[in-house]
Amino acid sequence: MAAELFFKSIAELGALLDTKTVSSAELTQAVIARTKAVEGRVKAFNSFDEADALAQASASDARRAAGQARGPLEGIPVGLKDVISVAGQPLTASSKMLANFVSPYDATVTTKLKGAGAVIWGRLNCDEFAMGSSTENSAFGPTANPWDLSRVPGGSSGGSSAALAAGETIAALGSDTGGSIRQPAALCGVVGLKPTYGLVSRYGLIAFASSLDQIGPFARTVEDAAIMLGAIAGHDPLDSTSFKADIPDYRAEVKRRQGPWRLGIPKEYFGAGLDPEVNAAVERAIAFYRAQGCEIKEVSLPHTQYCLDTYYIIATAEASSNLARYDGIRYGHRSKDAKDAVDIYFKSRAEGFGAEVKRRIILGTYVLSSGYYDAFYLRAQKVRTLIRQDFLNAYREVDALLTPTSPVPAFKLGEKSDPLALYLCDIYTIGVNLAGLPALSVPCGFTTGGLPIGLQLIGQPFAEANLLAMARAYEQAHDWHRQHPSL
Amino acid sequence: MNYEAVIGLEVHVQIKTNSKVFTRVAAGYGQPENTLTDPVVLALPGTLPVMNKAALDAIIKAGLLLGCEIAPVCKWDRKNYFYPDSPKNYQISQYDQPMCLGGSVEIELPGPARNVMGEHKRIPLTRIHLEEDVGKLNHFATESLVDYNRAGTPLMEIVSDPTMHSAEEAFAYLTSLRATMIYGGISDCDMEKGQLRCDANISIRPVGETKLGTKVELKNLNSISFVRDGIAHEIKRQLAVLERGGTLVQETRDYDGQTGTSQSLRSKEMAHDYRYFPDPDLMPVKVDEGWKDKLRAECPELSFPKQRRFAEAYALPYTLTSVLVWDKALADYFEEAVKLAGSGKAQAVGNWVVNDLLRELGTSHRALSDSKISPAHLAALVQLVDSGTVLTNAAKEIFVEMFATGETPGVIADRRGLRATATDAGELEQWCRDSIAANAKAVVEFKAGKDSAINAFKGPVMKAAKGKADPKLVDATLRRLLAAMG
Amino acid sequence: MTMSSAPDLDIDHVAKLARLALTTEEKAKFSQQLGDVLHHIEQLGKVDVTGVEPTAHAFPIVNVWANDVVRPGLTVEAALRNAPAQRDNMIVVPKVVE
Ligand SMILES: [Mg+2]
Ligand SMILES: [Zn+2]
Repeated sequence: MAAELFFKSIAELGALLDTKTVSSAELTQAVIARTKAVEGRVKAFNSFDEADALAQASASDARRAAGQARGPLEGIPVGLKDVISVAGQPLTASSKMLANFVSPYDATVTTKLKGAGAVIWGRLNCDEFAMGSSTENSAFGPTANPWDLSRVPGGSSGGSSAALAAGETIAALGSDTGGSIRQPAALCGVVGLKPTYGLVSRYGLIAFASSLDQIGPFARTVEDAAIMLGAIAGHDPLDSTSFKADIPDYRAEVKRRQGPWRLGIPKEYFGAGLDPEVNAAVERAIAFYRAQGCEIKEVSLPHTQYCLDTYYIIATAEASSNLARYDGIRYGHRSKDAKDAVDIYFKSRAEGFGAEVKRRIILGTYVLSSGYYDAFYLRAQKVRTLIRQDFLNAYREVDALLTPTSPVPAFKLGEKSDPLALYLCDIYTIGVNLAGLPALSVPCGFTTGGLPIGLQLIGQPFAEANLLAMARAYEQAHDWHRQHPSL
Repeated sequence: MNYEAVIGLEVHVQIKTNSKVFTRVAAGYGQPENTLTDPVVLALPGTLPVMNKAALDAIIKAGLLLGCEIAPVCKWDRKNYFYPDSPKNYQISQYDQPMCLGGSVEIELPGPARNVMGEHKRIPLTRIHLEEDVGKLNHFATESLVDYNRAGTPLMEIVSDPTMHSAEEAFAYLTSLRATMIYGGISDCDMEKGQLRCDANISIRPVGETKLGTKVELKNLNSISFVRDGIAHEIKRQLAVLERGGTLVQETRDYDGQTGTSQSLRSKEMAHDYRYFPDPDLMPVKVDEGWKDKLRAECPELSFPKQRRFAEAYALPYTLTSVLVWDKALADYFEEAVKLAGSGKAQAVGNWVVNDLLRELGTSHRALSDSKISPAHLAALVQLVDSGTVLTNAAKEIFVEMFATGETPGVIADRRGLRATATDAGELEQWCRDSIAANAKAVVEFKAGKDSAINAFKGPVMKAAKGKADPKLVDATLRRLLAAMG
Repeated sequence: MTMSSAPDLDIDHVAKLARLALTTEEKAKFSQQLGDVLHHIEQLGKVDVTGVEPTAHAFPIVNVWANDVVRPGLTVEAALRNAPAQRDNMIVVPKVVE
């Protein structure tokens, strides 16, 4: 049994820890051993600190022995995408720019996880500065999909989804700006939740696009995702965009809330470019909900075709400004060739950033530059209003929307070299970020080639409990989440 | 051709708060390098700004004091530019929705003489917005060293309309603006500490022309007198260029107050394109009437209205009001002392404050707040003089000692034997009788209606009293005795 | 997908604004790739946005602030720990020419 500890859910492990069948030290040791066994092939981590993790696990065991266990995450190893700050640990954003950076402070989610007793375990690979959909844009090399090592794990939080699928962690955090949690979750066959904008603090998350970024959990089960969300959600005075929302007991609510729900099927999400096997799996999921007595209704989100452009204008504009701080002055890579202060900027940034980051900085700088602001950024913000309105209109008739998470299953490493082709991977996920809504991806089958497929549920603002309950209803009736890649 | 200068000033004023404008680490001046930082100040990856309520209060108060319209809603924008003193390489500022619009600064131009009030006018303001200060660069031969202590200090940018026409006006504008900020408790405005910084936009045009001429921005005007000298110098320079038949170029010039010269700053190779856009990390500020009312109640009376009130209510001359009102603490001190001494004694109190107190403070390099003479003690001194208990010369001596020791005037007068009552009434009357008896000619003149003849009796009386006689009492006694002679 | 270069995109100017030293190859490649993206983006011009308010925040709230109470910051050592060059407790950069 001990050999399979690393594939168990938080809920299952909680029972074992509570009954002292296993200790956090044993669990952490098992995860470390598994990581050492498979990491050479998966390459999900940028770094991990074994001794630190074991020390945290021992501290957790001591708390538990003293009757001071802090809840369901007590003693559970949780990996963090390498864009989330942990005091005294490296923080690289998978960029050469920050290759040697050590953060002096904890992100709010880190503080909260520590407070919940979790063992902070490893810094997970991602696309550089979270810009990408395949984790190929990491300065430290790509992560492989545990289901097929020749394929991408999705991105940008591909290290998080791959580590979880491979049993190298029990749960993980990622960040989602345009689908960066949901798409890799779908491609790796795990649950990934992007919370409502403002539900989880962004303090300590390396900013990509501030008005779109949101931290969220990766977990093996919907219940685990609910446990993770409960630990990280809540108002934070250090994030001015954080919302003062009541945080329910997600875990309890997810079990309590039963359907039937009114579910909308946005017709624009089932058009050209959708892989037939993905389409079929999602159709089967829709049929499941209908059979459960849910009202299934076709809805229209008429501005869907403008999501991609709106997203790339807003996201790159914000990114161009957010990434200006990486200049080699106070921290980060400084070019050895710089002759003067101005040179430091040009050369350090040229050497420190990868191609996709440069491309997006250029695009973002361009759309904000003199004479173009109204035509691009301002117009995109207005279209964003229309996109958001589409969703809110749909929610007058339905409780949530069902869509594929990604139009395609995991593709081959190196297959999509054209940026625009890669940008199209996000077409079903970016509308959610523009509208600030919560959405999750839950496994809904496999292709004939054995690649996971994800079902996306998009919920009403701050209705995560409902959303998770809907996903759990599906998960309970299927066993996709019990399947693991053979590595 | 006759030219006129057109001047607009951009003034940056640091707001006096405990913590910085977008994070709660301490703000301050004179601390060891890089000791006032935190992850937000250094723009470490992942950090986010949070507004400081006190900085918002301060700028709204400044707007109310200057008669601005306070925007019902204002927002935050990022001004993007790279510079080593700017940690994020963007400055959080306000672009198209500033906190304050319009308003004006009342100024007084120099009068025909120092003791005569000059012309008053109002210089209209364009806007006031809130932003964050940058760090400080220390330049050495081949390197620059950066200290981020100042980075993130709340900064107000106060922009005037381009409606001033002389260096004197600019000087008066800055003097008045500075006093207003100090009055409001918004900033100490110490230019040496960089708490008030001024850039001037200067152009000249033929009189009668309404279009603006080529604008030159003058930077580093780091004292109020440098502002005046620098602007005067720039106007002269521009006139000289035109007179030579040259053309002016739009540029930024650096004024060196020590040498009185200016130099063109190498025109920046990159055109300015700040790529302003709304800061997605901050939420807008909504200002309602209740908030404004609360701050309005905290707004003090400004110098010029106070000067008008002092002139009216206390019948003070310009020579006194023009000194008293510029320092709020001094004006408050004066009013407190007048309240205790009685309103009829305002001029006497004013004279003591302006002539004696300021002199003592000046020579001892002390601030008013460190003065050992309380308003109550000053009022007591004024009353002792008024009642004739202490004579003027003695009072001056007492004052100096009060300043040194902090004792009451009564205690000092007793210890030093400076009370006028050293001459008793009987003695004084005898001296007066002797003096009248010794000068029959003056008696005749006085009786004939020449009032000034009475002065002839006073000299011998004062001599006999060795100066320790109250002139008022001497006068009264002489008149009584002369009247009794029938 | 059409291969188009954006005539409007002055890559040298934009790279200067962004403080990125790009190689000739990068410039050519980015111009072409961003040309494609900008070409795609052109369709946004078709949306009627008359009278539509821009969305800056998905869930706008106002007056999010903190009281002016000082909290501890970083020690000098922690502040300069990641600095590429430092001296006398300050960050060193090659001389800044104004
Ligand atoms: Mg300015
Ligand atoms: Zn400014």
